Amino acid sequence: MPDPMPDPLLSEAWGLSPSVALRPEPFGALAYHFGNRKLTFLKRPELVAVVRGLAESPDVRGALRAAGVPEEQWAAYADALRGLAVTDMIRPRAAEVAA
Amino acid sequence: MTAVQERPSGGSLVQQFEYGLDAPICLTWELTYACNLACAHCLSSSGKRDPRELSTEQCEAVIDALQRMQVFYVNIGGGEPTIRPDFWHLLEYAVNHNVGVKFSTNGVRLDPERAAYLASPACGGYVDVQISLDGATAEVNDYVRGPGSYDTALTALQNLQDAGFQDAKISVVCTRQNIGQLDEFKALADKYGATLRLTRLRPSGRGADVWDELHPLPEQQRVLYDWLMAHGEGVLTGDSFFHLAAFGESLPGLNLCGAGRVVCLIDPVGDVYACPFAIHDNFLAGNLLADGGFQQVWQTSELFADLRSPQTGGACAKCSFYDSCRGGCMAAKFFTGLPLDGPDPECVQGYGETALAGDRTVPAASQDHSRTTPTRNQPVMLKLMTRPPVSDCAESPLAGFEPIGG
Ligand code: SF4
Ligand code: SF4
Repeated sequence: MPDPMPDPLLSEAWGLSPSVALRPEPFGALAYHFGNRKLTFLKRPELVAVVRGLAESPDVRGALRAAGVPEEQWAAYADALRGLAVTDMIRPRAAEVAA
Repeated sequence: MTAVQERPSGGSLVQQFEYGLDAPICLTWELTYACNLACAHCLSSSGKRDPRELSTEQCEAVIDALQRMQVFYVNIGGGEPTIRPDFWHLLEYAVNHNVGVKFSTNGVRLDPERAAYLASPACGGYVDVQISLDGATAEVNDYVRGPGSYDTALTALQNLQDAGFQDAKISVVCTRQNIGQLDEFKALADKYGATLRLTRLRPSGRGADVWDELHPLPEQQRVLYDWLMAHGEGVLTGDSFFHLAAFGESLPGLNLCGAGRVVCLIDPVGDVYACPFAIHDNFLAGNLLADGGFQQVWQTSELFADLRSPQTGGACAKCSFYDSCRGGCMAAKFFTGLPLDGPDPECVQGYGETALAGDRTVPAASQDHSRTTPTRNQPVMLKLMTRPPVSDCAESPLAGFEPIGG
């Protein structure tokens, strides 16, 4: 059943921050931000696929679909992405152009 | 990779870490065994340079390997790393190869010019500086680190601040003598715009000789725990105090022994050990020159495969705090001659005291780079230590401890 109030983030264009590197690990990946030196663990391979796919998708929804994340989990993934945005691991693409 | 036990999918990060990572996240690299000081508790028994120390080119090759493995930063130490003539070159080489550097120093070379360099765009904010200070007053600090070392450290902090270097770290090894100074350390850090880093005294290197006298008493462990509960968020501790979790709640920081799993040491001659506090043949995984490079050693050493397979709790398994304390620090147990699968010598439930009082053999050091002739700035404590060795029983490990219950 489609969510009556979809998370607005799903329609936005995002990407990995330019100063972030992803290191593959057996459990997912480790994200390191060379600017603020924060280390974050992406604990699911699916989340890694979504994060990597952000830049190639017109919006978050597209990246989730491309990574094969079932629709009922999108809200949870949107929250996880918002968490990654707090430490600038990912950022909105418009901001990237402006920066 | 060697056949490691099947890794579970999902689960907590701590569980994932127990199975190891493709590359370390907390790598210490000691560049030299040479040091201008002779701290009584030096974890690597430093003093004299080892003639086999890696050359500049070999060090650059290590940095290249770290870049390939995406080791995003390395903790550089020694000895005193800044007395290597190529130290500043290697620092810049690392930064230019996307390997950030946190280096530990006693401050001896951090004059205004070097401080300005560290604050400059050449370092691009990729460099962290940690000044070692083991007393908030000269009296307490110089007792273990040697005369003049307090002034050297404070001058370095002042130079960094004057140069506009942001957020230096003051790194303190917590001892019986300085636990009462935690607030003063915090005030010092605030004064210099620095962050306080508290670490645990481990009986490693020369630390083994002075551990009985320096390690915090049981009631001081409680003071430390309460202080960290109140101030912990703004203070760095690494993996130092997870054994204190058995007082109640876990503290912030890495809550497991990461040796060979997420932690390791590259020593000045390229030997790779499970942990900087475990410089002993028993924890030697290989040598990066002889065994095909750092990546090869990290990913295929038998020792590391062992450390990454599930461990048994031994005598700790019955303890209700085992989930958070996990039996404490492997190095602390090893160098006090306690079984690795039993309680930590500083077990806050008191089992360590019992274990220390029992039968045990403290392992002999497998190497020592201490100077054989005393230096001008040798700590007083060391001079005291040169009295005829007191018998093992002269200082009871139970001194000042009232065993309550088991
Ligand atoms: S042996 Fe001790 S110091 Fe080393 S990683 Fe384990 S807990 Fe930390
Ligand atoms: S018995 Fe073992 S697990 Fe329990 S508190 Fe002591 S060291 Fe920690």
